[in-house]
Amino acid sequence: MKKILEVRGLTRIHGPGCPLCFENTGAEAETNVCSSCGSVVAARDVSLDLHQGEILGIVGESGSGKSTVVKTLFFDAEPSTGEARFFDGDKQLDLFSLNSARQRWLRNHRFGMVYQNPNLGLNFNVSAGGNIAERLLMSDVANYASIRQRARDLLTRTEVLGERMDESPRRFSGGMQQRVQIAKALATRPPLLLLDEVTTGLDLSVQARILDLILEIQHELNTAMIVVTHDLGVIRLLAGRTLVMKYGQVIESGLTDQVLEDPQHAYTQRLVASAL
Amino acid sequence: MKPLLDIDGLSKHFQLHEQQKLIPSCSAVKVSVYPGQLTALTGPTGSGKSSVLKCIFRTYLPTSGRILYRDQEGKVTDLAQASEYRILQLRRRDIGFVTQFLHCLPRKSALDITIEPLLARGVSESEAQSRGRDLLAQLQVPERLWGLPPATFSGGEKQRINLARGLIARPRLLLLDEPTSSLDSGTTESVAELIETIKQEGVGILAIFHHPELVRRLADQTVRLKAPAPVMPEPC
Repeated sequence: MKKILEVRGLTRIHGPGCPLCFENTGAEAETNVCSSCGSVVAARDVSLDLHQGEILGIVGESGSGKSTVVKTLFFDAEPSTGEARFFDGDKQLDLFSLNSARQRWLRNHRFGMVYQNPNLGLNFNVSAGGNIAERLLMSDVANYASIRQRARDLLTRTEVLGERMDESPRRFSGGMQQRVQIAKALATRPPLLLLDEVTTGLDLSVQARILDLILEIQHELNTAMIVVTHDLGVIRLLAGRTLVMKYGQVIESGLTDQVLEDPQHAYTQRLVASAL
Repeated sequence: MKPLLDIDGLSKHFQLHEQQKLIPSCSAVKVSVYPGQLTALTGPTGSGKSSVLKCIFRTYLPTSGRILYRDQEGKVTDLAQASEYRILQLRRRDIGFVTQFLHCLPRKSALDITIEPLLARGVSESEAQSRGRDLLAQLQVPERLWGLPPATFSGGEKQRINLARGLIARPRLLLLDEPTSSLDSGTTESVAELIETIKQEGVGILAIFHHPELVRRLADQTVRLKAPAPVMPEPC
């Protein structure tokens, strides 16, 4: 399998930062607020690899920095230090040193993001179909009829009724809004998809169908994904490999079944033992 | 004949941080598995039989020892040390594991679950389906169940779906953890016949059996495990 993404030493600090920040925060210190300068260390020294077609899970409780990782990769947040290389065909792109126009291009063409909150991923002032059209327009498909057809195909693929493509997603249920988000993210057939707590807060049956959909997409399109969640059940179903984060740090990583059945770190052992 | 799998000095213990305890699971295990042969692991409850299988599949991280696997090209990999990607590749291509319990996606039909490993290896949907149907019939799974999700099946039915999925892609090395524990004598017989068939096809098998008569009938080697010695906490 080909490597598609390589992240090294990714760090994001909110605040001035000081030389003691790392010492004062992290899993050992049980906080991410630096006691010397008051900065918040959202993520520190995170490294990961992602191969084509692979689903990597990131688990941890709120404040562990798991969302920060995907947000910086999607350019929603800027890292303080660290590198991320994206391997696209025979090109190799150093994500954080690209200018903002190139970063925007990658967001629109090569990456897809599905947020926990559909408000962030969708424009509620345009129709479901329009949301997908927006992304297609940004990526060079310019013919009205073909855009409309493509949007309809994508919504059908994600089981949103074609008849409702002209409605605002505001009127959709939570599960349907997530489906529209997924359809939108997939519009450009991105090789990399980032999923941030996409099933959190949904009914179990709706959650199950979204998870099915994600696996089908992986199978059909060989899309590489990073799935961020606090739900160990989601990780067990989706991810081949998993990182466990706490207070901004990766404290453990491994094959998902190994992390769940033979966790090495005290925190992961507690996490697994308290899962339902 | 060179062994497919050569385990030496394998130990596994669990370090429970919360309880500040070291729990020994197996120690100083030495086992070999040859192509086309079955090695049976025996021993009392708690002697670590399942742990050995899980260490080979790397669901457990071995504490010490070597687990040497020889692939089709003759390349030897120490499964205790191999990278996660290498393990995932071997799980996809080479090593099958049939556990006592069926873990699968809810809502998928028994037939779809059975043929998953074939699809993952790039076999076409239609061919996979026909091979899946043949195998389920051979294992005496009633045809009316093939299209249903196994959640509501009986223990024995689930176990046969699990076996079918583990055997369908003919892994080079097959790990079996009590595959017949909840089967009646008729279905146990069909499982035994199937195991004989795949042995003849050259699959190497490491198995734990609930029934001693299956060990006598199917095993070419038997390795008896002893309860592991208590481990001393490492000095701090």
